[in-house]
Amino acid sequence: MIAHNFKHALFCAVVTMVVAYPILGLNLVARGTRVGLEGADTTTLVAIFVAAVVVFAFQLYRDTLMAALGKLPKLNPLAHREPMPQAKRVKMESWILTGIIVLALFWPFFVSRGSVDLATLVLIYVMLALGLNVVVGLAGLLDLGYVAFYAVGAYTFALLSQYMGISFWMALPLGALLAALFGLVLGFPVLRLRGDYLAIVTLGFGEIIRILLNNWTAVTGGPNGIGGIPEPTLFGMEFGRRVKEEGNTSFHETFGIAYSGEHKVIFLYLIALVLAVITALVIRRLMRMPVGRAWEALREDEIAARSLGLSRTAVKLSAFTIGAFFAGFAGTVFASKQGFISPESFVFLESAIILAIVVLGGMGSQLGVVLAAIAVTILPELAREFSDYRMLVFGAAMVLMMVWRPQGLMPMRRAHIELKRQE
Amino acid sequence: MLDVQNLSMRFGGLLAVDQVSLDVQEHEIVSVIGPNGAGKTTVFNCLSGFYTPTGGKIVFEGQEVQGKPDYKISRLGMVRTFQHVRLFNQMSVVENLLVAQHRHLNTNLLSGLIKTPNYREREQKSLDRAAYWLDRVGLLDLANRDAGNLAYGQQRRLEIARCMVTEPKLLMLDEPAAGLNPAETKNLNQLIVSLKEDYHVSVLLIEHDMSLVMDISDRITVINQGRPLASGTPSEVRENDDVIKAYLGEA
Ligand SMILES: Nc1ncnc2c1ncn2[C@@H]1O[C@H](COP(=O)(O)OP(=O)(O)O)[C@@H](O)[C@H]1O
Ligand SMILES: [Mg+2]
Repeated sequence: MIAHNFKHALFCAVVTMVVAYPILGLNLVARGTRVGLEGADTTTLVAIFVAAVVVFAFQLYRDTLMAALGKLPKLNPLAHREPMPQAKRVKMESWILTGIIVLALFWPFFVSRGSVDLATLVLIYVMLALGLNVVVGLAGLLDLGYVAFYAVGAYTFALLSQYMGISFWMALPLGALLAALFGLVLGFPVLRLRGDYLAIVTLGFGEIIRILLNNWTAVTGGPNGIGGIPEPTLFGMEFGRRVKEEGNTSFHETFGIAYSGEHKVIFLYLIALVLAVITALVIRRLMRMPVGRAWEALREDEIAARSLGLSRTAVKLSAFTIGAFFAGFAGTVFASKQGFISPESFVFLESAIILAIVVLGGMGSQLGVVLAAIAVTILPELAREFSDYRMLVFGAAMVLMMVWRPQGLMPMRRAHIELKRQE
Repeated sequence: MLDVQNLSMRFGGLLAVDQVSLDVQEHEIVSVIGPNGAGKTTVFNCLSGFYTPTGGKIVFEGQEVQGKPDYKISRLGMVRTFQHVRLFNQMSVVENLLVAQHRHLNTNLLSGLIKTPNYREREQKSLDRAAYWLDRVGLLDLANRDAGNLAYGQQRRLEIARCMVTEPKLLMLDEPAAGLNPAETKNLNQLIVSLKEDYHVSVLLIEHDMSLVMDISDRITVINQGRPLASGTPSEVRENDDVIKAYLGEA
């Protein structure tokens, strides 16, 4: 065992050095018109060596370390608490949720514009994560290309407004439906794949969509993106200083108040809030309907599900399509919030972030997803000086979660179903 | 209602099922017995559509079903359990039964989202049906437990209840008594007889142990190494020389 660990640790250390040296140690420098290669300075070399030693030590004592990590939950003072009675818990949860929503409704009027803007972004991520939760958490299909549907929603709105002058409210259902259609079409060929294969293929799809957007310059503007996407209107009232669209009025003039840029931000926030709440309610309802149960059944045991007459194709496609639908929803809001979109907003990293929210929050749990979305979006903003290390922290957090709390921050609780004894 | 003619299933060089014929009539318990590895489960897998048989015909209620996808066969009213229990472990006991009733609730998404009266009524019906069957197999008090946390015998009963809520015409049970203690086995046998008597379901039963099925079966088919060895009423099979030889030979 020790010998095996030692060998393994040595191997890992060597790999660390082999990988790190060319990446960190070798620099390209311009020598006149030619490019030359320069060796590393001593500090870098020392750093690489230290890193290799750390990797070696960690791998050598990995079993002990991991066992210690496993004991962590015992430090949690709440771990041994009796679970609350069902009825009380349900009541409390609905009170908390109502409280959060009321708070969220009034909160933007008292804080800065920047915070409201950030909160809108959080809500967009909440929508995305709730949608992805259907695919990954409930149906158990690991989709790494979810951002593609987000992009479809955003670009649908951008293109329709650019070429046909369609408003936000028209684009919202259209974007979601088109994204759902993409989900249906892309879902079809990948249904037979499982686990890792599905993950890789969906990853590929995500990239294909992004590359398509990047290169189809004639329509999408390529890397330059599309600008001038209109903001939502409130019953024909615009929030800009001047009315852009024929026939619309402006919000501040109608109400006879001074123009303020904040109105627009708050309005967008409220729209995002309402849509996020709708998303949560709809998905909550779906989970308690036959479709939702079928998703979970297929995740739990595909063979048993089929033996009961569930069609794998229909069930998986419905999860894919409905997940994509909400991504399209979020994409439309995003396009409207930014006013400008480009393929850069839809890189793989976005898919990874959304997936991280789902995993952190606890697959299937809605409150957990909301909390995780807040954490994942806001923490990087608060610690901007560490933004270079964002991915590192991210990765470390994921590994820790997998070891310490694989079920997520707030694992999904099953709904209690009351039954009457039958005669 | 079920008529199987010359069913064969070949895995590469292995002929796991070789020309097996059997039939099940309405209101009948038919058992398939045979030593381990005889090919009983493979027969089930062919009947339920998990495998496409390499030869033979399967006729269920006048319709040829060989090679049809499993979920379509199940929808015709031919539902099975598994030799190794397959529940939806992380779902609650009652949810396991609700999943199985998706077809009774087969309405469109919208009516479920806005809870039309029609949808509510159907939903209530499926809850009642679930409650009825849970009560029938003695699991009503455990309805909101995770299915994976049930004791083994309870899981077996839940699996049967899950088949029954689909209101099948033919129930196929693969070694339902495996791993049960004698008292549980006795209860199970009573349950199976009652399914036939009170709920008018035909049962096709796989058993490894011959003595268990002697009492409750109307007819028995014995297979050995994939080939049909004998078939007939329990007493006929018990007297059959080939069967005695095969079973004594194995022992
Ligand atoms: N999918 C398969 N691929 C290859 N061989 C199989 C497969 N399924 C079953 N077999 C073989 O078929 C034979 C019969 O198996 P099985 O039907 O499970 O027997 P029983 O249920 O009567 O114990 C065994 O020899 C088994 O190894
Ligand atoms: Mg078997």
